[in-house]
Amino acid sequence: MTIKSTNDLFALKGKIEKEKFELSQKTQVIVYQGTCGYASGAKGVLDTLNTELHERNLKDIVVLEHSCMGCCYIEPYISVTEPEGISTLYGYLTPEKVTQIVETHLMGGEIVQEYMVDINTPFFSRQEKRITELLGKIDPFKIEDYIFYDGYQGLSKTLGMKQVDVIEKIKRSGLRGRGGAGFPTGVKWNFAYNTESNQKYMVCNADEGDPGAYMNRAELEGNPHAVLEGMAIGGYAIGANKGYIYVRAEYPLAVDILNEAISQAKEYGLLGNGILGTSFDFDIEIFLGSGAFVCGEETALLASLEQKRGNPRPRPPFPAVEGLFGKPTVINNVGTLANLPLIMCKGAEWWNSIGSETTKGTKVFSLTGQIARTGLIEVPMGISLNEVVFDLGGGIAGGKKFKAVQLGGPSGGCVPAEHLDIPIDYESLQDIGCIMGSGAMVVLNQDACMVDTARFFLEFDADESCGQCLPCRRGLPLMIEILKRISEGNGEIKDIETLEDIATFMQKTSLCALGQTAASPTLSTIRHFRKEYEAHIIEKKCPAGVCKDLFHYEVDEELCNGCHLCALKCPEEAITGEKKEPHHIDQDKCIKCGNCYHACKFDAVLIK
Amino acid sequence: MQQVAAPLEDERAKTLEIIENNNHDPKRLVKILQEIQAELGYVPEIAQRLTAKKTNTPASQIYGILSFYNFFRLFPPGRHSVNVCLGTACYVKGAENILKEISSRYELEPGQTTNDRRFSLDFVRCVGCCAIGPVMTVNGKVYGKMKPEEVKDVLGEYK
Ligand SMILES: Cc1cc2nc3c(=O)[nH]c(=O)nc-3n(C[C@H](O)[C@H](O)[C@H](O)COP(=O)(O)O)c2cc1C
Ligand code: FES
Repeated sequence: MTIKSTNDLFALKGKIEKEKFELSQKTQVIVYQGTCGYASGAKGVLDTLNTELHERNLKDIVVLEHSCMGCCYIEPYISVTEPEGISTLYGYLTPEKVTQIVETHLMGGEIVQEYMVDINTPFFSRQEKRITELLGKIDPFKIEDYIFYDGYQGLSKTLGMKQVDVIEKIKRSGLRGRGGAGFPTGVKWNFAYNTESNQKYMVCNADEGDPGAYMNRAELEGNPHAVLEGMAIGGYAIGANKGYIYVRAEYPLAVDILNEAISQAKEYGLLGNGILGTSFDFDIEIFLGSGAFVCGEETALLASLEQKRGNPRPRPPFPAVEGLFGKPTVINNVGTLANLPLIMCKGAEWWNSIGSETTKGTKVFSLTGQIARTGLIEVPMGISLNEVVFDLGGGIAGGKKFKAVQLGGPSGGCVPAEHLDIPIDYESLQDIGCIMGSGAMVVLNQDACMVDTARFFLEFDADESCGQCLPCRRGLPLMIEILKRISEGNGEIKDIETLEDIATFMQKTSLCALGQTAASPTLSTIRHFRKEYEAHIIEKKCPAGVCKDLFHYEVDEELCNGCHLCALKCPEEAITGEKKEPHHIDQDKCIKCGNCYHACKFDAVLIK
Repeated sequence: MQQVAAPLEDERAKTLEIIENNNHDPKRLVKILQEIQAELGYVPEIAQRLTAKKTNTPASQIYGILSFYNFFRLFPPGRHSVNVCLGTACYVKGAENILKEISSRYELEPGQTTNDRRFSLDFVRCVGCCAIGPVMTVNGKVYGKMKPEEVKDVLGEYK
């Protein structure tokens, strides 16, 4: 069936509503399986569920397969929704637990309290779900599910407007790009709109190379049509009839889902020629990346799309004026695009009613690292880091101390405890030498060494540098050399200054933003953790116990109760001691693997 | 996904077929090379030369593309390709210990293949499963929350 008008779209929605109503009369079990769900055993959960239902002849229960809704820390998980609409979330599942849920809940009608996940915790209740609202709620392989939740209505409204009015509306919403730099989306579109050309392009940046960030993957896996609809809206506004999605090869499930979504949208006439009965044509093609971080940078991405080495080039000319094959091209991040249908459908004023002074709307973050609740969260801009890390994220896992949260990946910085009260928006983060970036929040605890963290990001950037410009190509190895020296105990105090000098030089003279920002993690650790650098250089100590030349482990005789666990975990038999007597580490044998330190339940193994 | 290096003639024929299907189009170089790797498991020299010739592109440009992108392999991989994620989220969860365990157990450095061609080892920068780090993948299958002592059992499944 082709949808030829807005009325057709509503008619289809009405038809789907009926089907959904019938479905809601039955008990529904949803199994959530994104890439990380699969990896955590969601398939086993699904198989057990199906087998159990089949063997017990429970034909009336509907099993649905949806993608992850973001609460990754409870994976694998399912939900049971009863005809009355009451929903129960079960987490940390195993096939055995599923059997029990089938017996007790689905057959016996009683909730299995033990496996139930409380959704009244801040992780769930403090979120403001907008672009992640439908993740886990719909079957990403079914366009009808999206249409049921007002999908493609934003596009339908758009097509009834003048191009300039669409751009004006996006400007009025205050939407800023979610890919990292926060450039106002409407302004970018205006450049492309105003550039005369017989061909323009709309490109979706789904390269998501920032390690620790996976919101774009989850958004594509969970609700691909929002991104397709967003691209079509942008395409209409700037006058492009061709779109590309540049997606990284590491996301095979997202690619499958996107391919299916595109073909379903075409079948309904929501992509292709004469969309919704208008004269607007728009086609989308998927392009697979080949594993190069720099290709997330927009000019490198375009070179890669042109099937060349992904070398960035200087701007201007900006892609909106001279982009793919020399034509005006708008490049937007997945998250930016996913917001567009909402703005067009619900209005700019609804959309910007939340957020901070300078940064409107919501932002999706991925909480990872040493945090209790890992997962994806969507929160209003302007919320404090404190709330995100400690309320939503539940603080540090395993009773350890908070040290820093890393934001913005290889272009970002580390925020220490004393700055956690700042509101999350582009400007406030910049003030403390950090950036919003893609939204990856990697939480570090007391066991992380900031010198080592700085080196980690420099090595990442050095690996991924395209090598075209000297500051980046040579600057990074030089900085790494200095940091290595410091971590081996051979640093001098003037090394800190040298690091800062090279960093400033790279910032000012590198060809692209990769090099311009590559030193940011180092600068931010120097700025906020200078004492730790000085400890490495002056005292020749690594307080966190990471740089192997600068610390050793010792057993505290007072705290040790002789449980012997450390000795059992030691691969080198370096720990001796009678049971119930204080133990001792033979420094000559110790390889500083840290097994004893992590094993001791009494914090009796000390870093010295 | 089991990849075994094909004999030379085979590599040649398959490469030619892929180039043919893409109309010898130099505007599809990356796509052609991606397809060759998907088919052969790597991009052998013969395939590089054929691609250069048939698309009328300098061989240096082909090599330029292959060496630029991490995804491309120039040597035949082992039967099972093992990737350890060294992205930030996995790194702070101790991913290096996973890599070290594999390295020492199979005497294998990243970028290498075991003599019996059973495993190739490499590291990657994030597979998007950061919430369940540290993560490793075997032939694309993701294993989360890895512990060094689990490496033996997981890899033991792959003969
Ligand atoms: C080294 C580097 C990597 C980048 N990686 C990404 C990425 O993975 N995804 C993304 O959307 N933007 C990335 N960007 C930002 C893009 O260049 C560009 O600003 C963005 O895609 C624009 O979309 P937006 O305006 O919707 O944010 C990267 C920039 C640099 C310098
Ligand atoms: S950092 Fe390892 S999967 Fe993302």
